Amino acid sequence: MDFSSIPAALPALWDGLQTTLQLLVLGVLGGVLLGTLLAMMRLSHNRPVANLAALYVNYFRSIPLLLVITWFYFAVPFALRAITGEDTPVGAFASCLVAFVMFEAAYFCEIVRAGIQAIPKGQMSAAQALGMTYGQSMRLVVLPQAFRKMTPLLLQQSIILFQDTSLVYSVGLIDFLNAARSRGDIVGQPHEFLIVAGLVYFVVSFAASQLVKRLQKRLAV
Amino acid sequence: MDYNWDWGVFFRSTGIGEEIYLDWFVAGLGWTVAVALAGWIVALLLGSLLGVLRTLPNRWLSGLATLYVDLFRNVPLLVQLFLWYFLVPDLLPEPLELWFKQDLSPATSAYLSVVVCLGLFTAARVCEQVRTGIQALPKGQTAAALALGLRTGQAYRQVLLPQAFRIIIPPLTSEFLNIFKNSSVASLIGLMELLAQTKQTAEFSAHLFEAFTLATLIYFTLNMSLMLFMRWVEKKVAVPGLLAAGGK
Repeated sequence: MDFSSIPAALPALWDGLQTTLQLLVLGVLGGVLLGTLLAMMRLSHNRPVANLAALYVNYFRSIPLLLVITWFYFAVPFALRAITGEDTPVGAFASCLVAFVMFEAAYFCEIVRAGIQAIPKGQMSAAQALGMTYGQSMRLVVLPQAFRKMTPLLLQQSIILFQDTSLVYSVGLIDFLNAARSRGDIVGQPHEFLIVAGLVYFVVSFAASQLVKRLQKRLAV
Repeated sequence: MDYNWDWGVFFRSTGIGEEIYLDWFVAGLGWTVAVALAGWIVALLLGSLLGVLRTLPNRWLSGLATLYVDLFRNVPLLVQLFLWYFLVPDLLPEPLELWFKQDLSPATSAYLSVVVCLGLFTAARVCEQVRTGIQALPKGQTAAALALGLRTGQAYRQVLLPQAFRIIIPPLTSEFLNIFKNSSVASLIGLMELLAQTKQTAEFSAHLFEAFTLATLIYFTLNMSLMLFMRWVEKKVAVPGLLAAGGK
């Protein structure tokens, strides 16, 4: 094992890590947003709307993420052409991001739904008795409390997403893992680079999950 | 959308021998199931052992199991797979290394790597479920078993584990389903499982949407049937009166 060529590769690895982090942050934001919307749909009294959201969630939860990434890599350019009517070149980054947002939304939806359901019904009734509309009571009363409760779970899911971003390797996007793999191949030390990549993923996720555990303890009353 | 839908594509010849595209999907599903089931056996055995270790009073043993869980849960599955497939064979003793690299067919060596990888990866998750199941039991169960003169091993085998496993069937089911979904990473080291066959069909036939729709449907059906099967198992093994959810 010879790790001497790692320092020279650091800028390239850092570029890859930035792609990974961008995917993570945008994926989490988009996923939580869409997930919250889906959760409200699932809890809606309108049957078809609730069923539609349930179908979405069950569908995405029963197929592998890698399948979604691969499919969207091919399908997003197609779909865009259908919508805009002209060839719109999209890179792997955009298609992967769409895949992550849509896939993770199914998981975030379940977390948000559980969070909303954990808020006592009286909160909603009280808000409405004060004259708020349904939307206002959701936005101002129920959701702020629900999000506080589910922060640890949302963060845990984000750590999983951080690890899952490595799957973009399959469509050739240069994320952290792919940067490490290609660098390792160039300098002829694939093993060393793979080990370093594994270590970095480990350190980041381990530290993050320890922090989440701490947070969970602090939030628990 | 100028896309030429044609659902008959699956019955068309692939141009290779007498095969039709549907044969590729069947072969792919076969590999997916073979990977997932073998991986699951490894995961269940090792995970249960680790789960028991984590509940033992011995600091060293439970610490070892904790270390294992932390390690395998915090490294991405794909990185683990690359480590098993590219790195580990080089570390093996010479005869084993040659056997792995030269005597085995590429499909077999990829299969072995992915089974070991998924087995050990999922074991960390199974371990946590087993531990939770054991810890969910009232403390009196251990105490009563030991008071009856059972040794620790007997207490686990005959009193704690049978109850713990029944409690954790639902979370175990989701791990069981996950291993089927996770087996798709095998496509990235060249094993022709379901996802790889789908990609190949999409490329060969240029009927991308049909290929991926069929793959999705297969995964979806597989998932649903396994879930129903596990619900049936849960009902079947339920001890009346032990768990509220187990039966009436």
